[in-house]
Amino acid sequence: MSTDTKPDLNIDRSIGDFRYDVAYEFDAGLGLTARTIDYICDVKKDPDWIRKFRQDALKKFESMPMPTHWASPDLNNIVFENIRYYLSQGTQAKRSWDEVPEDVKRTFERLGIPEQERKFLAGVEAQFDSEAAYSNIKAAVGEQGVIFVGSTEGLHKHPEIFRKWFGKVIPTGDNKFSALNSAVFSGGSFIYIPPGVKVKHPLQAYFRINAENFGQFERTLIIADEGSEVMYMEGCTAPKFETATLHSAVVELVALKGAKIQYITVQNWSPNVFNLVTKRGLAHEDAEIKWIDCNIGSRLTMKYPGVIMKERGARGEVVSIALSGDGQHQDTGAKMIHAADDTTSNIISKSISLGKGRATYRGLVQIGRHLKGCKNNTECDALLINTDSRTDTYPAITVHGKENACQHEASVSKISAEQIFYMQQRGIPKAAAMSLAVNGFVNDLVQQFPMEYSVELKRLIDLEMEGSVG
Amino acid sequence: MSLHIENLHANIGDREILRGLNLEIPKGEVHAIMGKNGSGKSTLAKVMAGHPDYEVTKGTVTLDGLALLDLEEPDERARAGLFVAFQYPMEVPGVSIANFIRAARQAALPEDAELDAVEYYQDLYVKMDALKIPRNFTSRAVNEGFSGGEKKRCEILQLAMLAPKYAVLDETDSGLDIDALKIVSDGVNALRSPDRGFLVITHYQRLLDYIVPDVVHVMVNGQIVLSGDKELALKLEAEGYDWVEKETLATA
Ligand SMILES: Nc1ncnc2c1ncn2[C@@H]1O[C@H](COP(=O)(O)OP(=O)(O)OP(=O)(O)O)[C@@H](O)[C@H]1O
Ligand SMILES: [Mg+2]
Repeated sequence: MSTDTKPDLNIDRSIGDFRYDVAYEFDAGLGLTARTIDYICDVKKDPDWIRKFRQDALKKFESMPMPTHWASPDLNNIVFENIRYYLSQGTQAKRSWDEVPEDVKRTFERLGIPEQERKFLAGVEAQFDSEAAYSNIKAAVGEQGVIFVGSTEGLHKHPEIFRKWFGKVIPTGDNKFSALNSAVFSGGSFIYIPPGVKVKHPLQAYFRINAENFGQFERTLIIADEGSEVMYMEGCTAPKFETATLHSAVVELVALKGAKIQYITVQNWSPNVFNLVTKRGLAHEDAEIKWIDCNIGSRLTMKYPGVIMKERGARGEVVSIALSGDGQHQDTGAKMIHAADDTTSNIISKSISLGKGRATYRGLVQIGRHLKGCKNNTECDALLINTDSRTDTYPAITVHGKENACQHEASVSKISAEQIFYMQQRGIPKAAAMSLAVNGFVNDLVQQFPMEYSVELKRLIDLEMEGSVG
Repeated sequence: MSLHIENLHANIGDREILRGLNLEIPKGEVHAIMGKNGSGKSTLAKVMAGHPDYEVTKGTVTLDGLALLDLEEPDERARAGLFVAFQYPMEVPGVSIANFIRAARQAALPEDAELDAVEYYQDLYVKMDALKIPRNFTSRAVNEGFSGGEKKRCEILQLAMLAPKYAVLDETDSGLDIDALKIVSDGVNALRSPDRGFLVITHYQRLLDYIVPDVVHVMVNGQIVLSGDKELALKLEAEGYDWVEKETLATA
């Protein structure tokens, strides 16, 4: 394997904005056809049912229109023929950092992943373009029967669990991008937590896009068996390319009776990334699924994590923070489907728009007519910094039946030039003043994060503000 | 060493508000400015602080030899040693007083220096106690929902915590009850020092009974037209501004 070691260092604006050249062994080339799918299946040695699943999904993808009748017309700027759908150095994730090829390893070292793993994580998966380069869990966690591997390995080694739940929470045709992911998915995590096992430390996945004109389509499936608990965190970065990059993941969570899943995302995509992600969880009796989602960066993010509360006593929660800098659009929200009695959901969404940045909140809460004892609470707050920022809120709350309760609150606050001047008069530089206002705005949410992540988030906000004042 | 304003002209939009203002406050002195509503007193404070709405068309402001107006950003001017206690302090939602002042203190330190949190809070509490600001204010958002008097007290708290070289107090007395006026004045007097100059903008001579000025200036139409000692304030209070305007028109 050759390595052309010419690092293109450009780290002024963001920690992820750097790139080392890497030699790829497998490259599906530009564009997406049935042959691309076959190429991916061959490389990954997919079983026949997956090959068929992918080919069907491709047809679905091709037949579905771009959702521009409600979503951003910027979607039309994605040129699917100019994207590479699969790039890897091989499909086998390494179990130790020493085995990870040097050219890939140094990227993760620079992002601090091995160090974080030593410090506070129960397991780590590090995906580089299409495949996980590294995946490992602490021995003690493995001994409890916890499975934490890449999706390909999960499919091959644990077909009985994988096949039972794969594609069951988010059907292929849920939306155009879930269909796309279903056709070309690669990487992502497969996690199974046995009954009663409570994983003390978080499992972490890190998604890194390194190649230009590339699409990353990871597929994550997490199953928490009865009474188990797990916290999963994902981080992501990409260098800043001239051309658009596509990230389109599908994440399915299954919490069986009494289980708890917390899924935390801190995304810091560079401003050329289209980030179109479908995330949904299925909560059984008395189970709890909580999405904590921080969207920083990207060109356009569309993401509405959801929870289907399928059985009595299930709980769903979405806590989200979206920060839209100049020229960015964060189109985020939450979906709560109450499908049983006594289910409760909570949505807290905070968005910040800077300069010409734009934030949109879309919420969907459904409580069926025949149900009783269901509760939803929705709060969405927007902070506008500078007058030309834009924020839109589209809450759609469908509550039938008198025995259910819904509460909805929304607010918009503004940080004016006058307020920034006031802060600056105390000696605080403009970027720091804006950070202070933003951190104050999201502070109550950030406190729900594990310490390491709240520090990271604060740092990302600071970087974004520095970038915005130039 | 002084805060020296020379021939300062400033506009808002097309309208000239400051029209050749001259004023020098030597370090260690307290100067007061009085003048009618709309004469440009607050404008002077904001122009020096670098408010983005105003354009300086002529003149200089020199702070201990430093050309203050050459510093673009308001925070640079603040760190150079200028503090303004505003007539109408802004609310900063979501930012607690403690975090706000802490960020200001941190900004004053060299880049790699870390603020000592314990020391900071000790200092903050001592100064809050002196100004009779209840401790629970530390966690309240800056000025949000504060009464008029509470806002003014909080400005003086910031002044005390930031210990600038020169402080402009813009109508800090308005909105204060009689006890608060005494408390705030004591706070300001405690900060008087040979190393610090004050410019106190007020409409009421009573404040000057508490904070006794070295010089009193009268501002008319964007200029300082008359300066004198404390007696001038008494005379203004008794007789109003008409005579000043007549006199200055006569000599113009
Ligand atoms: N943003 C603005 N737009 C238009 N005019 C302004 C603006 N700010 C100040 N002015 C005008 O400038 C003039 C001076 O205002 P300034 O606030 O400096 O007066 P002042 O002496 O502080 O008055 P007061 O005693 O009432 O506080 C006023 O006529 C005011 O209307
Ligand atoms: Mg005024």
